[in-house]
Amino acid sequence: MNATAEAIVNPVFDVEAARRDFPILTREIHGKPLVFLDSAASAQKPRQVIDAERYIYENEYANVHRGIHYLSQICTDRMEAAREKIRAFLNAAKTGEIVFTRNATESINLVAASWGRKFLKAGDEIILSEMEHHSNIIPWQFLRDELGVVLRIAPVTDDGEFRMDAFAELLGERTKLVAITHMSNVLGTIVPVADVVRMAHDAGARVLLDGAQAVTHIPVDVQALDCDFYVFSGHKLYGPSGIGVLYGKEELLEAMPPYMGGGEMIRAVTFEKAEWAELPYKFEAGTPAIAQAVGLGAAVDYMTGLGLDAIGAHEADLLNYATQRLSSIKGLKIIGTAPGKSSVLSFTMDCAHPHDIGTLVDRAGVAIRVGHHCAQPLMDRMCLAATARASFGLYNTRGEVDVLTESLEAVQEFFG
Amino acid sequence: MFDDLRELYQEVILDHGKSPRNFREIDHAKYHAHGNNPMCGDQLEVFVETDDAGNITDASFLGKGCAISVASASLMTEMLRGKNIDEARKMFEGFHEMCTTGDDNALAGVGQEDADRLQVLSGVSEFPMRVKCATLAWHTMNAATKGEAGISTEDERG
Ligand SMILES: Cc1ncc(COP(=O)(O)O)c(C=O)c1O
Repeated sequence: MNATAEAIVNPVFDVEAARRDFPILTREIHGKPLVFLDSAASAQKPRQVIDAERYIYENEYANVHRGIHYLSQICTDRMEAAREKIRAFLNAAKTGEIVFTRNATESINLVAASWGRKFLKAGDEIILSEMEHHSNIIPWQFLRDELGVVLRIAPVTDDGEFRMDAFAELLGERTKLVAITHMSNVLGTIVPVADVVRMAHDAGARVLLDGAQAVTHIPVDVQALDCDFYVFSGHKLYGPSGIGVLYGKEELLEAMPPYMGGGEMIRAVTFEKAEWAELPYKFEAGTPAIAQAVGLGAAVDYMTGLGLDAIGAHEADLLNYATQRLSSIKGLKIIGTAPGKSSVLSFTMDCAHPHDIGTLVDRAGVAIRVGHHCAQPLMDRMCLAATARASFGLYNTRGEVDVLTESLEAVQEFFG
Repeated sequence: MFDDLRELYQEVILDHGKSPRNFREIDHAKYHAHGNNPMCGDQLEVFVETDDAGNITDASFLGKGCAISVASASLMTEMLRGKNIDEARKMFEGFHEMCTTGDDNALAGVGQEDADRLQVLSGVSEFPMRVKCATLAWHTMNAATKGEAGISTEDERG
């Protein structure tokens, strides 16, 4: 670690203390300390989350919403308490607006299958952006093929900035939905979603925001944003995998038919018909991911305990530092330089293909993501087959950025 | 820093990766296919020309890829010349097995000189994520000789 790395200390955020919460960070990879720079794919878990899951299995586990015995009741309470934490985290108006799903992908599919099939028809338009993850493209392509809705694509600049002017031009009478990422998983671009929502609403369209990346870096207030749907995954938010969230405005969720049928989502059933359960259970058929929901509640507690603003400031410092250090490497090009971008740093190197970069730095204990990041249309737009991507989480340090930089310099030497 | 990767990235591979041989199109080639590795975004095109007796007179490729996939494609095009299609397929099978199992005996059915050249890529067997990089050109060549338009190695997650 060099002198500059230690010179600036964030007064509000004690990263070394936070690191001690993540057991995995003490392990070594190929004999080197792990430098985990792949949190945008999935974040590591703090002891608080691991313990919350273990605690419920060891002490309070039973199926939820069906038993009158003690454990079923307490386990139900725990799961509903987690839902309430997530409501507060997003500042949703009502707890019933928080639907548990498996992940962001399932949340989007739910909206497409339920809201989309009911309210869209041939010729209606859905606006996506060039930056979308495949999970915010394919469900809408299903609808296009099934219903004949039309997908319009809002462009980004070469720097990766969302083009408001072009988006405004796409909006029109036929626009029924804008389904757009809050933050790009490749470019780090933060889309000015409050403006997007306002303009879309003025045009009479609904808005779904893909918050899979954004929720881990910036405070989200769904009421202030006034978005109609907001989706994210637990596993990127330092929570368990297998649990995700769909926020939807109550009036919309009420009007939507169930997504899957089964237990848990009904009020009364005969062989002739069924009545749907109240929100959010109407959308939660079958036994849910109980311990994972509780774990996600613990993750939200953990994040709020550290303070989202403090985490954001720490990550912004890391991103700036990394941008500066990587820029000094000859032949390295940073992909995505929109002002105000957040904690992911995609890049290419003249001397090596991203895949080779990934294999090499792994030997130095550095975990980065290489490939198209499930955003092939964006790769095509940027005329790239792949990038390497370092992404920063709350537990990363300037010293780790130095290790990344040194290992990339060594990559250049190796291939150069 | 990367000394233990010299086994994977041998000099021959770095050389062919940097300056690929037969990196061009063959007009109206008898066999031609696209190969796609969605995992890393690699895309290759392989061209194979044969004479009337079915012997390979020329082989070439185009495309983008990592050092391993480009080097493997480059080496392959050099080695195909003079072989017939059956021999080419036999080489593919042996090479594929060597890459997946790391077993040098996999190349038993291939001539000694060729086997020695192919062995520079045997290091990939210890990098399961990179096996497809090494075999992409070969899969593509194999598909081309069967008259298939293209192949794609399986898709990526998340
Ligand atoms: C922007 C964005 N949207 C959606 C997803 C999909 O998340 P999941 O695979 O957890 O459903 C991801 C994850 O890679 C993402 O980065």
